[in-house]
Amino acid sequence: MIPVLLIAIPLLSGIVSFFLKREGVARIWALLSSLATLTTSVLGLTCFSTKESLYAHAEWLPLLGSSFSVGLDGMGQVLGLLTALSFSVIFIATYRSVYTKAHNFFALMLLSQAGLMGVFVAFDALLFYFFWELALIPVYFLCSQWGGERRIQVTIKFFIYTFIGSLLMLIGLIYVHFKTPDQSFALESFYNVVLTNSEQSWLFWLLFIAFAIKMPVFPFHTWQPDTYEQSNTAVTMVLSGIMVKMGIFGLLRWLAPVLPIATWAWGDTISTLCVIGMIYASLVAMKQDDLKRLIAYSSIVHVGLMCLAIFATNEMAIQGAIIQMFNHGVNIIGLWIVVELIERQFGTRKISELGGLAQKAPAMAVLLVILSLANVALPITNSFVGEFLMFSGVFNSTVSHYNIIFAVLALVTIILSAVYTLNMIQRVFLGNTNTLTERAKDIFVNEKLVLWALVAIIIFLGVYPKPLLEVSQSTVDAILTRMISKHP
Amino acid sequence: MNAIVISGIWGVVMMFSGLFVKKDSAIRGIAVLGMIILLAANILEMRDGSFFPFDTRNMLSFDSFSLLFNAVAFACALMFFLLSGRDMRTVGDSPADYYALLFFVLCGVSIVSSFNTLLMLFLGIEIISIPLYVLTGADKRNLKGNEASLKYLLMGAFSTGLMLMGITLVYGAKGSFDMDVIGAGNAEITPLMSAGLLLLMFSMAFKVSAAPFHFWTPDVYDGAPTVITSFMATIVKAAGFIAFIRLFQGCFASLQGQWQLIAAIIAASTLVIGNVTALFQQSVKRMLAYSSISQAGFMMFAIVSLNSMAVEGLLYYALAYCMATIGAFAILARMNDYTFDGYNGMGKHHPFLAATNVVFMLSLAGIPATAGFMGKFYMLSAAINNGQVFWLVVLGVVCAAISVYYYFRVIQAMYFKDGPRQEIEAGSGFKVLLAVLSAAIILLGIFPQSLIDLLYYFF
Repeated sequence: MIPVLLIAIPLLSGIVSFFLKREGVARIWALLSSLATLTTSVLGLTCFSTKESLYAHAEWLPLLGSSFSVGLDGMGQVLGLLTALSFSVIFIATYRSVYTKAHNFFALMLLSQAGLMGVFVAFDALLFYFFWELALIPVYFLCSQWGGERRIQVTIKFFIYTFIGSLLMLIGLIYVHFKTPDQSFALESFYNVVLTNSEQSWLFWLLFIAFAIKMPVFPFHTWQPDTYEQSNTAVTMVLSGIMVKMGIFGLLRWLAPVLPIATWAWGDTISTLCVIGMIYASLVAMKQDDLKRLIAYSSIVHVGLMCLAIFATNEMAIQGAIIQMFNHGVNIIGLWIVVELIERQFGTRKISELGGLAQKAPAMAVLLVILSLANVALPITNSFVGEFLMFSGVFNSTVSHYNIIFAVLALVTIILSAVYTLNMIQRVFLGNTNTLTERAKDIFVNEKLVLWALVAIIIFLGVYPKPLLEVSQSTVDAILTRMISKHP
Repeated sequence: MNAIVISGIWGVVMMFSGLFVKKDSAIRGIAVLGMIILLAANILEMRDGSFFPFDTRNMLSFDSFSLLFNAVAFACALMFFLLSGRDMRTVGDSPADYYALLFFVLCGVSIVSSFNTLLMLFLGIEIISIPLYVLTGADKRNLKGNEASLKYLLMGAFSTGLMLMGITLVYGAKGSFDMDVIGAGNAEITPLMSAGLLLLMFSMAFKVSAAPFHFWTPDVYDGAPTVITSFMATIVKAAGFIAFIRLFQGCFASLQGQWQLIAAIIAASTLVIGNVTALFQQSVKRMLAYSSISQAGFMMFAIVSLNSMAVEGLLYYALAYCMATIGAFAILARMNDYTFDGYNGMGKHHPFLAATNVVFMLSLAGIPATAGFMGKFYMLSAAINNGQVFWLVVLGVVCAAISVYYYFRVIQAMYFKDGPRQEIEAGSGFKVLLAVLSAAIILLGIFPQSLIDLLYYFF
């Protein structure tokens, strides 16, 4: 019941929102809907965590071997919570932003939430594909309608890029479906499929490209900085906070356990791409003057690390990747909120035009510093736990021949990330004020509330990550058992 | 049989109604009534209620597949009459005659969906084509229309010649026009047979506008009155494909290994040429013409793979494609400006029309939760299941991604660009029909089971 509600609440409230003509009403409606989803998600973690309430199954397309089968395992819980939490945070933090045709904006946001939830709870390949695409359509409209000047061209590039990836994935899914013993799209059947090594080898790429474009992994990342820069910041939060996790999630649920041999065989190739991408993105981030582009490139680095960890295929690394998905979502949404605040106040995101904000807006400065430190994974922040697990996982990987080199090179990018993040703080918040920043005001209460809440989560999970680790443990075990059972 | 006879009779009724009835709305009413009777009679025949129990001497066979396709085609034609009937007046002075010709085309459609000898195939194709030559040039004062009509006639006559030669050669090889005889015992391919097969394949490819036999399509679709284009690009094209798959399944299925590669090459070049050329169009009407070529490329997947999934998938695809295209053309026919810029700002000035048009475009692009996606899903599944043409599948999805660009250009123009308000004549009846059509597209996309159940019920 819980997973069905997680899809149904945003879907139905999103459709209703199209008909709410008054801006204020639509705003409150969206906020209430997202809070309801968050409550449902939390209830699924606590009171209603029985098997009956977490799984649901209904007939859909029996003749094609597909059914409406949804459920929340550990990883689904983590990402469902992230999605539910993020939208509430986004709606509260951007409560003061003004949108033209606000009812459409909120409707599309809620519909994209429904699509994302569907991706994370689907236990059927065709259903997964359905939601995978459906999450994209509202985002296409959101990015094209609200955003920067070049938004239309940039968004169509983004859309075609991801669409081509997902169609390749569709080919792969259909092929695996024909190879399953009962010609079914169910996740269990996919896990039981027997494929030859050469089949796995090319199927791997069909699926991986789709996920790699979403994440994005070098060299499929070119859509990302442009799209993040041109989109409305609320949409950017959805894209970078949640949508990129679809790729990582896809690797863990639909790729590694289904095609384990190919995952091991191609592991070093993918890891090399990840490391190249991480170093490249770090170097580019150092040169950025636009805050949004800087965070966009830093996101490529973090996601690259998660992908690297998954291909180390051991318990620590995957555990780290799952909880880091959550942590990265929380951290980056916090960063975007600050960017949004700065942009709304000064009308610019150029680092070179800002300076001395700490004098005028101390609360904002403190919060940004904490968020940035979490972004560079300093101890006692949540990212530290995730990245520590991932790094030790990569170091101890038994499947890779070059794991030490990968780990060392990846560590370098953490140092680089400290360089550009601290540099950004220094140039935006410290130093002297200029004519633009002289009139700066501190943040409003709703933004302060949200940011402090995020900081509380960051520090709580940094000090006591056990609850999150416990939730994801079962999934990690399940993935690794499945993979090892197919070890030749 | 019901469909063939009634559509023929109603064609004559329409012709004479033009003499006695002068009011447009009355003529339209008669046409819609005829369409409903036709559809009802066909559905009755699916339940073994044939009014005309002739012995066709096995020249026609009314199996469930042909009746089901008839039902799909007639339902689409009914939708087309209801949506675009009013625009028939813009074509010329004698709408009754145009309806008469359309009924004759439908008569041909019901013959090609049920032929069992090559003679009937030829007859059916000609009954479809000749009224269309006339309809293309129906707007007599329009030079472009005249040119299109002449071009269509010449090219069509040429391809008919090819088809006749193909039929003759196949007759020479097997000594019969009967598909059952031709289809039996084809272990080895003889030169006569292979020449006949190729000629038949090329002429069918011409009729369904598959590359490299597509050159007539953009000019004819662009030159013909928009209402007629809508009919040609949907129901007629779908009928062409049904004839194609019926012919190849009946006669040449056992030789699939011999011709599959050629069919795959035709499919691939159709996809590439259709999609790439559509990218550069400035007029939505021409874009839809090229899009119909690229969609034909996808439907060619069914011919290439020729398994049970392909046959039912082709029906599904044809329905999905017809619904979306009829809708898109119905809106286009009411526009004053056929360029992409003409759609600018439509989302603001005509929110309802724009919203339904989005559904049509998404369905054509094959986005999940629309019927178009399920159609593409079927085609891809059929080709993957076949196993021989994996490269074609990959090329297909790349082309599907390209097609997003030009379909979404319409959406971009409607919602993200500003334009002056254009008066579009859209009564509430028109809007209700568009709403029904888009709801049907979405329902078929989410619960295709209802239609699939129907398919299995009759198979």
